[in-house]
Amino acid sequence: MIDLHGYGPRLLEGALVTIELGVLSLILAIILGLLTASAKMSRNRLLHGIGTLYTTIIRGVPDLVLMLLLFYGGQIGINQVTDLLYYQFDIDIFININAFVAGVVTIGLIFGAYMGETFRGAFLAVDNGQIEAARAYGMTERLMLRRIRFPLMMRHALPGLSNNWMVMLKTTALVSIIGLVDMVRVAEEAAKATHEPFTFMVPVAIIYLLIASVSEWFFSRLQKRYNVGFGEAE
Amino acid sequence: MADTPLPLEVRNLTKRFGDNEVLKGLSLQAHQGDVISMIGASGSGKSTFLRCMNLLEQPNEGELIVHGESVRFKETRHGREPADWQQVVRMRAKLSMVFQSFNLWAHMTLLENVIEAPIHVLKQPRKEAIEQGRALLDRVGLLERADYYPAQMSGGQQQRGAIARALAMDPEVMLFDEPTSALDPELVGDVLKVMRDLAKEGRTMIVVTHEMAFAKDVSSQVIYLHQGLVEEAGPPAEVLGNPSSERLKQFLAPKH
Repeated sequence: MIDLHGYGPRLLEGALVTIELGVLSLILAIILGLLTASAKMSRNRLLHGIGTLYTTIIRGVPDLVLMLLLFYGGQIGINQVTDLLYYQFDIDIFININAFVAGVVTIGLIFGAYMGETFRGAFLAVDNGQIEAARAYGMTERLMLRRIRFPLMMRHALPGLSNNWMVMLKTTALVSIIGLVDMVRVAEEAAKATHEPFTFMVPVAIIYLLIASVSEWFFSRLQKRYNVGFGEAE
Repeated sequence: MADTPLPLEVRNLTKRFGDNEVLKGLSLQAHQGDVISMIGASGSGKSTFLRCMNLLEQPNEGELIVHGESVRFKETRHGREPADWQQVVRMRAKLSMVFQSFNLWAHMTLLENVIEAPIHVLKQPRKEAIEQGRALLDRVGLLERADYYPAQMSGGQQQRGAIARALAMDPEVMLFDEPTSALDPELVGDVLKVMRDLAKEGRTMIVVTHEMAFAKDVSSQVIYLHQGLVEEAGPPAEVLGNPSSERLKQFLAPKH
């Protein structure tokens, strides 16, 4: 067995942070993605503009830069607001951006843009005849979305969605730069202290692979569920 | 005037796609039990006219009256639209449509397709809907296919299933949009037979079709459309048996 020099429990704690960060960011990204897809498919020009601006900025700027901008920029912004409150209204509050929350928000915000494009493409791939039939049978837009459009869309979205999740899972390693102690950060510290980088990086790689394998299994189950009625070939 | 309102009435309906006026003022009255066949060359506007009747296309002008209730419209930046979508939803539930390409919902079994709208739109109890759905599938000869998905059935079976789905709404009027045009010739007969039976039992139907034998034998009224206008209309014996317009004569003449 590899000797982890007592870093084992901390490494597992780090892995937990990675998983929590990943799952919470995924939920946020999916919500933002669905909203973005709706906005970009809307004929309301303002909504369409906001959606386009969001995806353009997020997809055009490196994740690392965005994270630093949101974390430090966000703190500066909040400080200015609280300063104003103090000097103008004598309200004394202090808000410190929590690194975990900042991580979830940043990663969710970044991947929401990619999810938005995935969902938009998937919505557009649904055969229009299916939608027309729903309308022709007196479904409201909301009922149609729930019963027809969403389940048919998911079939097209899932390959892209699981791909985004895999990339996102690994992007969570970036949060160490804003001071969050995830699995990679623990391994890095341990490697520096013990001068044994492989002892710590190999377990980290294995844990990532493990999470990825479980996710793949989960997504293939989902894929099967949403492929019902479409045969094996697709 | 009759005491009971007409199942469907259309007055002076026009439709433009950009500068192209495809319907130039069409009217239609469907009485209870009428079978109205709409015929015409492709591009004559017959399918568009049918799609305007349940507002899958938005007409630019004209009145649409379903069972005595006139659909209200308003002008918007995007053109004329229904003023009250709740009203549209209500009215669509009274007009079932059968599509050229069937459009059964691909992720649902045949029975699920048939009970979907009765349960979620008409709020029919699930058990009752299933009972009724199975009876309807039996009627179109598909009971043993109840648990199949659309992709596992032939075109003719899908279309008969789609007719069962339409019947499950117990509609005032059934709209058929070229129901046999996408079928292999040997499958057309089964679908037409189901439609003949419906006509016989007094269903009100509006059928866009190329099947002249069906139009002749089954319809109470035939409408011949040409470039967005009614060129000739009347009982099938008159319109098809003794057409007065030159164009309709040509349209009906054997092609080879």
